[in-house]
Amino acid sequence: MLKEKDKIFTNLFGDEPFYLKNAQARGDWDNTKELIKKGREWIIDEMKKSELRGRGGAGFPTGLKWSFMPKDSKLTNYLVVNADESEPGTCKDRDMIRNEPHKLIEGCLLASFAMNAHTCYIYIRGEYFNEAVVLQKAIDEAYNAGLIGKNAAKSGWDFDIFLHRGAGAYICGEETALLESLEGKKGQPRLKPPFPANKGLYGSPTTVNNVETIAVVPTILRRGGEWFSSFGRPKNTGTKVFCISGHVNNPCNIEEEMSIPLRELIEKHAGGVTGGWDNLKAVIPGGSSVPLIPKSTCDTVLMDFDSLSAVKSGLGTAAVIVMDKSTDLVKAISKLSHFYKHESCGQCTPCREGTGWMWRMMEKIGKGHASSNDIDKLLDVTKQIEGHTICALGDAAAWPIQGLFRHFRDEIEEQLKKTKAA
Amino acid sequence: MSNQKNTFVFNKENEIRAKEILLKYPTDRRQSAIMPLLDLAQRQNENWLSRDIVEYVADYLEMPFIKAWEVVTFYSMYYTKYNGKYLVQVCGTTPCWLRGSDQVIKACKEVISPEPNTVSSDGLFSWMQVECLGACVNAPLVQINDDYYEDLTYDTTKNVLQSLIDGSPLSIGSQSGRKSSKAVS
Repeated sequence: MLKEKDKIFTNLFGDEPFYLKNAQARGDWDNTKELIKKGREWIIDEMKKSELRGRGGAGFPTGLKWSFMPKDSKLTNYLVVNADESEPGTCKDRDMIRNEPHKLIEGCLLASFAMNAHTCYIYIRGEYFNEAVVLQKAIDEAYNAGLIGKNAAKSGWDFDIFLHRGAGAYICGEETALLESLEGKKGQPRLKPPFPANKGLYGSPTTVNNVETIAVVPTILRRGGEWFSSFGRPKNTGTKVFCISGHVNNPCNIEEEMSIPLRELIEKHAGGVTGGWDNLKAVIPGGSSVPLIPKSTCDTVLMDFDSLSAVKSGLGTAAVIVMDKSTDLVKAISKLSHFYKHESCGQCTPCREGTGWMWRMMEKIGKGHASSNDIDKLLDVTKQIEGHTICALGDAAAWPIQGLFRHFRDEIEEQLKKTKAA
Repeated sequence: MSNQKNTFVFNKENEIRAKEILLKYPTDRRQSAIMPLLDLAQRQNENWLSRDIVEYVADYLEMPFIKAWEVVTFYSMYYTKYNGKYLVQVCGTTPCWLRGSDQVIKACKEVISPEPNTVSSDGLFSWMQVECLGACVNAPLVQINDDYYEDLTYDTTKNVLQSLIDGSPLSIGSQSGRKSSKAVS
């Protein structure tokens, strides 16, 4: 279990105010200038040593991503922070924004300096209105204290942060859709390449990072990359904020060590599964986009990128959705299918048409008006969508369905037979 | 659709805000301000946008109307009709559903109107089901205008709605007595 002294987000629950003076008392903005003085190479090197993998879902190594940014470009480099937290099950960035905004703002300065960016945009989902108000207040505080703006934190680096509110579109969490949205357009993902590091916001080199990824940067630089990588397993390092929702006694967010066993996470922090561990049916371990895992897997699986991908699921955003034996799994997944149908941007035919078709088929199965052949057909369609769209939303819509039938097909077919007989 | 042809302009406060918003973006990228300006305009107009208002905002940003209209219709938080003084948005996605969002919807049907997207007979509110609001460890929840009411049950949903009827809205956040997203111990 992660010790209190090793927690990065000591005010995750807002026990203390978010204001600058409180944040400084917690260690934020402590001699930021010295960190910047150590130089760009040092920062990127420490980030590489930390083995931090992006916290937005894809898990790409952060230090490596930063090193892709052109160092001597004549264009303006940008850092864009993805605060469009919308993956069902996920609500960790919300707590960081409303209770620890100065960790994020300081992280923006350090990351931007490392990537030769003088400007950072934070794109926050529109529904997080009160969170945006807090973050803007914190940004204003940082400007007034000279921590950002001209000669930020007396480092000699000029740095601006602008907050941009979204307006209710899950797809804007996809980095290129987010950039389109920032440019004042519909949030439809761009074809890659070119990747944002070459042509991003306004055609300039851009790195898009998740809130948590940026908010842990100041602590990593202060305590050292090796300190961060001492948690978890190799290539799956650090501390991580997990969101535990669904059928548990005490749903909560919690910062823990990466690679903690799923069972320990649920039992120690969320008060256990309702009705006890043996009442567990399945868990979606990383937000709605990753396939569910049955109880037998949950018994032993570790909460990290490699352990979960080995059981054909994923860590994603580390949003753990727990479902006990009372759950109608077809309905639970069908609701996710409806989500993807609703959130498809409409650009690619397999996704636009497929997400609606899959949802209707899931509803048909849920009502018992389907056969084994229908399940075959549905799985075939998921394969035709997966990998055939510009962005990963098509994949994300296909995977939960594939996961459901991978583990529970026999049970569902049994149910269909019973309904037919009745 | 509209009875306020060409009469909409930003009020003085919003004119100042609009100018401040434009400073966030490069001077040759005025279109970047479309989302915040539509939001401002919507707030000035009882939380909905008529075609004329969208035309005004498009002109303000020197962009074609159709590009602005695309934005209005693409994103779910711009409304092209009046939704009552309070718009109650019930999250029905899986994490909320697992914890009883059907009961929250039942309460909305009873107090507001049997059908979604229908303004109650007193004009006070309407409700609709929405997708994930991103507060899943505080499920089930509703968003009412800018505020989240969390950890709801059938009864506490009714209490929240009644408090709007009474004109003294309950405190926002968790309705189960806990603080933020911390586990109750």
